[in-house]
Formats: sequence, C-alpha cells, structure tokens
Amino acid sequence: MNEIPGYTEKSSRRDFLNYVLSIGFFGWIVAILYPLYSYLVPPKSPDVDVSNISIGKASEIENNSSKMFKMGNKPGILIKTKEGELRAFSATCTHLDCTVQFNKEENLIWCACHNGKYDLNGKNISGPPPSPLTPFNINVQKDEIYILK
Amino acid sequence: MGKNSVNRKVYGWLDERFKLDDLINFMKKKEVPLYRGTIWYYFGGITLLLFIIQVVTGMLLLLYYKGSSELAFESVRFISAKVKFGWLIRSIHSWSANLMVLSAFIHMFSVFFTKAYKKPRELTWYSGFLLLVLAMGFGFTGYLLPWNELSLFATKVGTDIPKTIPLVGGFIMNLLRGGEEVSGSTLSRFFGFHVALLPGIFTVILALHLVLIQRQGMAAPENWDELPESRKKKIPFFPNFLLRDLLIWLIIINVLSVLAVFFPWDLGTKADELAPAPAGIKPEWYFLFMFQTLKIIPAKLFVIDGEVFGVMLFSIAGLLWFLVPLMDRKTKSGEKSYWLIYSGIFVIIYIIVFTIVGFIAK
Repeated sequence: MNEIPGYTEKSSRRDFLNYVLSIGFFGWIVAILYPLYSYLVPPKSPDVDVSNISIGKASEIENNSSKMFKMGNKPGILIKTKEGELRAFSATCTHLDCTVQFNKEENLIWCACHNGKYDLNGKNISGPPPSPLTPFNINVQKDEIYILK
Repeated sequence: MGKNSVNRKVYGWLDERFKLDDLINFMKKKEVPLYRGTIWYYFGGITLLLFIIQVVTGMLLLLYYKGSSELAFESVRFISAKVKFGWLIRSIHSWSANLMVLSAFIHMFSVFFTKAYKKPRELTWYSGFLLLVLAMGFGFTGYLLPWNELSLFATKVGTDIPKTIPLVGGFIMNLLRGGEEVSGSTLSRFFGFHVALLPGIFTVILALHLVLIQRQGMAAPENWDELPESRKKKIPFFPNFLLRDLLIWLIIINVLSVLAVFFPWDLGTKADELAPAPAGIKPEWYFLFMFQTLKIIPAKLFVIDGEVFGVMLFSIAGLLWFLVPLMDRKTKSGEKSYWLIYSGIFVIIYIIVFTIVGFIAK
C-alpha cells in the first residue's frame, strides 16, 4: 500500500485541510444565511399584550346590536342580546382569520368569508369553522364596559 | 441617403458583430404545424403580450402609487381621479392581469390535451407551470395593493392557509404577513414581492421557457408521427407565424382597451382593520374554485380539520399536475392514455362548475 514514501502522511494532511476548509465554508454559508433569515422574520410588535380595555358605555348600546373593538392587534366583538345581556368574543373567525359580524336577523355570529356561523355563546354551529370563538370577560363599572382577556 | 440604405447599414453593422444572419436563418427554419389545432399555438404569445403590458402599465402606476397602509388607498384614488388617464392605466393593468391568467390557463390546458409536454419538452411544461404559479402570486399580491376592504380579507384568508402546513406553517405565515396579523407591514411586503421579487424570478423563468421553445420548435400534433412528410402542412415561424401573432396581438390590445374603457376597475372602500368581513366577499375569479371548495368542506372530516383537508387536496392536485410529464407513461410508449385525458376533462369541468357556483353563491 505504502510504496511511495510519505504518501499517507501527505494525503492525511490534505484530508485535514479539506476538513478544515469544509467547516470554514459551512460557517461562511451560515454567516450569510443566519442574518438573512433573522431579517426576514418580523420583530414582535410591542402592543400585543393588551388585557384590559374600556370600550364605551353600556347604556349607549342598543339591545340586539353589536360593537367592534380592538384587543391589542386583533378585532373583538361585543354583542348585546335581545334580553340586554352583554357578551364579548374575539372577532377572528377560527376558520381562516376573517372578521366575524353579528347577524341580527338570524340572531347569530356570522363570518361572510366562508359562511361560518356561531351561536351567541361563540360556539361554532355551521359551516367550516373548526372551533368556537374565544370569549372575553366583561366587567361593567358605572356603566363603563371593560373587556378583560 | 435613403431610409433603406440606412437600415441596411445598421443591419450590416450589427450583423458583422453578432452574426444576425445566423439568427434569422434559425428563425426561418423553425416551422409551425398547420392543422385545426393551430389556434392553440397563439395563446402562449397572447400571454406574453399581456405580461409585457403588465410590466409597462405597472411601471406607470409606480410613478404615483404609495405602498403604505395610510397612503395606498388614497394614492390609488388619486391615480384614478386626478391623474390624467390614470383610471385608464389602472384599468388596463387590472384587466390585463385577469386576461393574462385566463390566457395562461387556456395555454396550459391546450398543451395538456395536445400532449405537447411529452419528451423532449418536459422542462417547458415545468417552467410553464412555475410561471402560472408566479402569475397567480402576482395576482394575489397585487390584489392587496389598493388596500381596500375586499383585498384585506382576501389576504387574511390567503395568508392564513399556509398555517395548516405542519411545522413551518406559522413561520411561512409570519414571513408573508410581516407579523402576526395582516397589517401595513403586510402591504409593504406584498408591494416588494409584487414589484421586485416576483418580476425578478418571473423574468428568469420566462427567458428559460422562451429559449426552450425557440430551441425545440413547436410540438407537432400527436397523430403526425404516422403521417407521411407530404401531408404535414407547416408554415415558417419567421415571418409568417410571427405576423399572424402580431395581428392577434392587435386584436387583443383592442379587446383590452374596450374592456378597460367601458368596464373601469372598481376601487371599493378603504380597508378598515376593525370592520367585519363584508357580505358577498370573494377572491379573484381564478381563486374562486378553491374558495368555493373550502366553503363546502365541513369543519371536520374524520379526524382532520376540513381546512387542512382542502389545502392538502389542492396541494396534491397541483403537484400531480406539475408532474404530468412523468405520469404519462402510456404516451411515452406510444399508447393512448385515456385516464389522463379524462382527468384533464374532470379538472376543467371542476374548475368551471365551482367558479360559476362561486360567482352566483350568496
């Protein structure tokens, strides 16, 4: 095998150099891709963690109507039922992220995008939505409505 | 010095350096089969024309458009209302986009049914498929740019769909949206995709697609293999077919002008991130068949979410369609592959029926 003197030594030195260069090259690729990847991922927006907001006076909202509000970055919906009971949910449809609305005639929550329907407890009752709307807690103090996450 | 001799001099100057004669001889040698299916050969060229119109009108719109959520709607309204002929440029851009996708679809199906994708033209099919996907990407990103109510929700739905992909779905959604929600950041990104990223990739693949077609020539109809040379009618690509192409381009430009002038594109109402999705919301017509399918799939199918099922269904169908040259083993060995033709017919009927249902559905 080792007819040429020094052959093994030489080739192992070459292997070693190749090895070092490969690691260097791999590091070089990572050094390019990592900043690129990090740049593409958007930074978290600061105002996501809102947990308590005031959205107006309870007496100003009629029975059998609704009001949209913003909970952090996401829309929310407040519904006053025919009986005058207040209910609040996340207004983001659980199907594909559209914004739902209160449908007076059918007395339910409706998403126009794919005809998804929820009852007034936020439960998905018809159409494609896979899960119920997230409910919010409501606190009324001196007629002022506060929505709590 | 007459005009002709100037032309000859310019030609001579160029020919000396770039050997134009070779190129013209090559184009003259290329022939286009003449038979009852010849009409389908025009749709590639029509798609190309409409793409060129998109590039030109897109550049013109860029002179006034402002890509931010505060200014986008107002700038498009400014283009439509204040800029002289701004409404026309915008209307042409929108109409041409739609006609381009339509023409690309016709082109694709004609290639499918004439089996022009088979060896040696597999790469032309693959690159053409990618171009169609990119064209739909152009449509999807461009739809958001006026920042109106319809486009906001179409984008919400469209960018939520990748979330169903396991592991990387959330990451892809964030990457597209530029955040958790569809917002001004999404608009900035889509603007960038629409005017820089997509045109860059599109141009490279389009160049490849065209080079392949020029290099390999037009695909002859299937039954020509058995015909004797004398019965094969052909015309030279240059100048005969090219002149016909130009005549059709002229007709298309006229059709486009009539549509753009008499049916100007609507601007809608400005997007409000708090407002509920309006009743009767629909995406662009070429997404309608998928939209309608998502609408009728129930929330749960056995154990998986209906939404995941729908997205998987279309992803697999798209992949199979992309791989048609590989699947068509029968045509390779000279037999007729009926199941492929039947599935092609099924796909067309499905798309047409679901598009119509999507249009008339409440």
